[in-house]
Amino acid sequence: MSEKSLEDIIPEVLVIGGGIAGMQAALEVAEKGFKTYLVEKTPSVGGRMAQLDKTFPTLDCAACTITPRMVETGNHPNIELLTYSEIKSIEKDGTNFKAVIKKNPRYVDVKKCAGCGACAEACVLKGKIPNEFDESKGKRSAAYVPFPQAVPLKYTIDPQRCLTVTKGKCGKSPKCKEACKAGAIDFGQKEEMLEVKVGAVIVATGYDLFDAKQKPELGYGKYDNVITGLEFERLVSSSGPTKGDILINGKKPKSVVFVQCVGSRDHTVNNEYCSRVCCMYTAKQAHLVRDKIPDAKVTICYIDIRAFGKGFEEFYERVQKEGVVYRRGLPSEIYKKDDKVVVKAEDTLAGEIYEEEADLVVLATGIMPRKDSKALSEMLGLEHTPDKFYAEKDPQDIINTNVDGVYLAGCCQGPKDIPDAVAQASGAAALAAKRIAKKK
Amino acid sequence: MEEKKDLKKEYELSVCLQCGKCVAGCPVSSKSKLNTRKLMRETLLHDVSKYIEEKSEIWECTSCNTCAERCPRGLEPSKLIRALRGYMIEEGHIAKSVIDALESAYKYGNPFNMPKQKRADWTEGMPVKKASESETLYYVGCVPSYDNRVKNVAKSLTGCLTKSGTDFGILGTEEVCCGSEIRRLGEEGLFEELSEGLKSALKENNIKRIITTSPHCYNAFKNEYNLEGVEVFHYTQIIAKAIKEEKLKITKEMKKRITYHDPCFLGKQNKIFDEPREIIKSIPGIDFVEFDRSREKSLCCEGGGGRMWIETESTTRLSETRVKDAVSMGAEIIAVSCPFCMLTLEDAVKTADLEGKIQVKDISEILIESL
Ligand SMILES: Cc1cc2nc3c(=O)[nH]c(=O)nc-3n(C[C@H](O)[C@H](O)[C@H](O)COP(=O)(O)OP(=O)(O)OC[C@H]3O[C@@H](n4cnc5c(N)ncnc54)[C@H](O)[C@@H]3O)c2cc1C
Ligand code: SF4
Ligand code: SF4
Repeated sequence: MSEKSLEDIIPEVLVIGGGIAGMQAALEVAEKGFKTYLVEKTPSVGGRMAQLDKTFPTLDCAACTITPRMVETGNHPNIELLTYSEIKSIEKDGTNFKAVIKKNPRYVDVKKCAGCGACAEACVLKGKIPNEFDESKGKRSAAYVPFPQAVPLKYTIDPQRCLTVTKGKCGKSPKCKEACKAGAIDFGQKEEMLEVKVGAVIVATGYDLFDAKQKPELGYGKYDNVITGLEFERLVSSSGPTKGDILINGKKPKSVVFVQCVGSRDHTVNNEYCSRVCCMYTAKQAHLVRDKIPDAKVTICYIDIRAFGKGFEEFYERVQKEGVVYRRGLPSEIYKKDDKVVVKAEDTLAGEIYEEEADLVVLATGIMPRKDSKALSEMLGLEHTPDKFYAEKDPQDIINTNVDGVYLAGCCQGPKDIPDAVAQASGAAALAAKRIAKKK
Repeated sequence: MEEKKDLKKEYELSVCLQCGKCVAGCPVSSKSKLNTRKLMRETLLHDVSKYIEEKSEIWECTSCNTCAERCPRGLEPSKLIRALRGYMIEEGHIAKSVIDALESAYKYGNPFNMPKQKRADWTEGMPVKKASESETLYYVGCVPSYDNRVKNVAKSLTGCLTKSGTDFGILGTEEVCCGSEIRRLGEEGLFEELSEGLKSALKENNIKRIITTSPHCYNAFKNEYNLEGVEVFHYTQIIAKAIKEEKLKITKEMKKRITYHDPCFLGKQNKIFDEPREIIKSIPGIDFVEFDRSREKSLCCEGGGGRMWIETESTTRLSETRVKDAVSMGAEIIAVSCPFCMLTLEDAVKTADLEGKIQVKDISEILIESL
């Protein structure tokens, strides 16, 4: 259903998802002078990239790259940032889109909150709640910001855990409320609905990670020393729960095995596609182990190395030169031996079956479509490709979709690294701007 | 050769990633020449049938199917092995013991050279209905019918089923081998014949439900017979349900530390992990402990795949590793739910000099003591 006239187009854009792709798209549209709504589900923008330590292949500090973007997004006069918010409904209305955005109550008045953290300090549940941002490896309070650089730097009270919200009572009176000098804590807050009309929509909802528990032979969830790649990012990050020391049960691992393609290229879990980033993020993480623990033995188990991007092959060679041993062949089983785990695999190049005793095993879990991605596609009438990511209009055009005026950016369309996500987001912003500019 | 082309297509050999995940999961690969990855490759590139006699290691496969369970491309090396065994049988590169087992299955309906009329001897002093008198068939299987040790499992299970009020009959001397092991030895033709015979017996007796002692028979009926209108159960499923519905009253406690060994054909291959554990845990007093390598990554006992009839070089037997692990966990009993596991593990208790330290018992044997 191609649209003939864009006479009545509203020159405003809605961006859904505030990861690196969503922020890039919103900033680009806003820079072109159009009003942009950016809706982010969690309390802060940043997405997965904010969780990373360094980025391949240049080893730039991820936080140093993304923090200024986040701040810019939060401050841009043309961007109305709606964090902790969701799309309640969205539908096409002629050539435009009508959306209802639900703003969840933070129980903190963002106008008053100074971001000082007194509430989190005072919270009786301090240090008791697994912090999602640290992949549950660190602990937080019920009143929290996901990470110190969060934008907006406003506290949120977790409605699932806070005793006042769940039980109606927290001691004599909530400690957070007593502690907040600005008087920002407001348990009377209700969810708010905001209706917006826009001429274009950019979907940038990102991805989920494969749940390694679906491969029980690898022992994830059973052994403390088997972790995922994203957990490793938090472990090695100076803002993470160990302040950047790679520690497993308090000790520096001397033997580390990385396992690639966990949940990617795997018919047994119905994921036939390649996740595109795991080869390189594993190389990066192997480098970081060598860097922080120079005497550690580092092994990478792989099927094929896909180092196709600019500077990737060179980085792969660099990591090999650093002494990381690449062994072709996937482990089939990981089991316990005292406080170590044993990784059993075949080195298919040497034709040799080996059992590597490891202090730490890092599973490179693959990129998955978000579990909740159907909710949005059903409202918008968006199609999915067989891999369940959102479908591009055709393989030659990965930004347009089957719905005129809806554009894709980032990993919601398929696995990709940050440079590709950013490029696609700029493209989506250009197409959205072109569409709404037709009015003039 | 015509057949070679078939193997490539049939087993999608060109799709193999050569990742070696099958090999790394294979319980015998680290102590034998058997390498499924190389087998996939060689059969793709060469006419293996021409030098099949050099591939004697394929007889070491236990048919646990771990290779296929783990393969990221969804390929089935275990089936290629079966086909290659078939070639060997055709060409006569085959051990005398295997020939005997196959001939016996053909002649007497069991691979142990035992007379047909002795098949129901285990029921002595234990009246059991005929198959024609019930819609539920208890399919006993060859080992529980003839093996002196495992006969007790058939008896205990009959006792448990009866006490739970389950109505069932048996085929008695009319029962023949389900052919599961025969098929894994590579004798596809004989498997077909045995299965056709059993299928008509099921029809004649108007059977609607089968309960098996062995996970191997269960797997054959469930996944390989293409039965229509017949439900297939492993006995642990029936008993666990009866306990849940309080049809079985457990009256005595058992003060023992017990672990459970997952049979490959029940666990890995059919994902029945919980029911056997539920039965054991329902007995008061039992201190249940798990092997580290349990459920999906349970260690194969090497009892399947026709290995009963194949001499292999004497290397560390996994069944010995298993019983030693159990002893080190302080277990007094290894519970099993498969006749082959019972035989291999019991034998391992002897060869590892652990008699008196640990016992191997079927779940039905443990349960009946508590009823
Ligand atoms: C362990 C690991 C290491 C990596 N290392 C690197 C690296 O070194 N270099 C590199 O280039 N790439 C790396 N990547 C890939 C990188 O994470 C992605 O390319 C990038 O995060 C994609 O950004 P995105 O915006 O598309 O998605 P995301 O980062 O997932 O952001 C999506 C955002 O949308 C929000 N959202 C989702 N659904 C909704 C909704 N319905 N409504 C509102 N908001 C919603 C989410 O909360 C989230 O904030 C790595 C990936 C992993 C797993
Ligand atoms: S696991 Fe599958 S793909 Fe990998 S080598 Fe074995 S048969 Fe080939
Ligand atoms: S079936 Fe089991 S023993 Fe046979 S090759 Fe496969 S993994 Fe090895």
